[in-house]
Amino acid sequence: MGSPDHFFMMKMKTETKETAPEKPACCCGAAGGSGPQKPGGFAVRLALAAIGLLIWWVVYRNLAPFAAWLSYSVLPLERGSHLGESVEFFVFESPKVLMLLALIVFVVGVVRTFFTPARTRRILSGKGEFVGNILAALLGIVTPFCSCSAIPLFIGFVTAGVPLGVTFSFLISAPMVNEVALVLLLGLFGWKVAGLYLGTGLLIAIVAGWMIGRLRMERHVEGWVLELPAAAEDAEESLTWADRLRAGRESVKDIVGKVWVYVLIGIAVGAGIHGYVPEDFMTSIMGKDSWWSVPLAVLIGVPMYSNAAGIIPVVQSLLGKGAALGTVLAFMMSVIALSLPEAMILRKVLKLRLLLTFFGIVALSIMLVGFLFNLLM
Amino acid sequence: MKKLQILGTGCAKCNALTEAVKAAANDLGIEYEVEKVTDIKNIMAFGVMMTPALAVDGAVKSAGKVPSQAELKALLSVSN
Repeated sequence: MGSPDHFFMMKMKTETKETAPEKPACCCGAAGGSGPQKPGGFAVRLALAAIGLLIWWVVYRNLAPFAAWLSYSVLPLERGSHLGESVEFFVFESPKVLMLLALIVFVVGVVRTFFTPARTRRILSGKGEFVGNILAALLGIVTPFCSCSAIPLFIGFVTAGVPLGVTFSFLISAPMVNEVALVLLLGLFGWKVAGLYLGTGLLIAIVAGWMIGRLRMERHVEGWVLELPAAAEDAEESLTWADRLRAGRESVKDIVGKVWVYVLIGIAVGAGIHGYVPEDFMTSIMGKDSWWSVPLAVLIGVPMYSNAAGIIPVVQSLLGKGAALGTVLAFMMSVIALSLPEAMILRKVLKLRLLLTFFGIVALSIMLVGFLFNLLM
Repeated sequence: MKKLQILGTGCAKCNALTEAVKAAANDLGIEYEVEKVTDIKNIMAFGVMMTPALAVDGAVKSAGKVPSQAELKALLSVSN
């Protein structure tokens, strides 16, 4: 333990009663609910879940007619007009995306209770380089992660003997290949684009991590990190299914509660482009034939910080107006995978050279993916 | 006197955890002192990989979440 000046001491008397705080606005883990759990058998919960899913499905299927009805029957808008197109797009896409998001975030929230960082680290610490990179990239999808936990996680992995390159594979894959991105791509573009994103995202994480491992840059990790004792094993929590479902509900409250604004802003921008920007407008700027659009997209995307939920509706509109898939994919990946705030956080544990290498290799890989898709599709 | 340590670099959840812990401890009527551990090196000395985390008398009791009041009370009332 460190010296007392690192500590911010607060002495509390026990006389003041304080109320439970409002929901926080950080991305780490699931927040706890308040109050004791309601009793209720597993069968009852299952039945409720089934009914909920059915209602979800019915509502989801009827969003398109509802949007048309609201735009052209309730509101005095003309079919085919700029404003009409924009409004219909917004009214249809917003509930659709939010509903998809809520469902998948719930499922992933439950799945994640099976994959704690401690377990992931245990799996990775015994593995050699290449297999380790692949495993790390895959585990990055299901292990709970957020950028404010990036440092403890990085240190936890490295001090436990997980190779540096393998750790980077995880650090690349965890934010980039996430459930929110995949769901939105699946919902808005179909399984092919979602699959492409998943495949190339994993490939980038594996290859970039492996390359960083090959470069032997261990000495470019800040010295104090390596002096730390190996992180202790966390006690394995035993969770019941009720706990896991609660974790799912909490992550919906947490994640959807946080990103819905961005989703709506994203869709609103998308709606504007959808209604007002002429078809094929983007073809000249972001089309296949302008080779420079890929590096430019990555250059703009890297410092930007947005989550998948905010960027994908924008991406959808760009694609619809003739932008090339590779360019758009490269833009999206660079926005989600790399950002200025993340660089600043990681600078605390990485020396500048390693940090730049990391960003450089990932940005280059993303560019290659962009070029490849523009060439193939 | 229990020593309650909140481990976290200062995101909103760490503050939420601090408040939740105080509320639970006040409800239980136990004597305690709260300490915020914000330096990353000191946090890592506890061996946690997810913040915010709660340590009671030096032992990590929860990590990566803000537990519910019921959970907190259970954590705080065992092993005096």
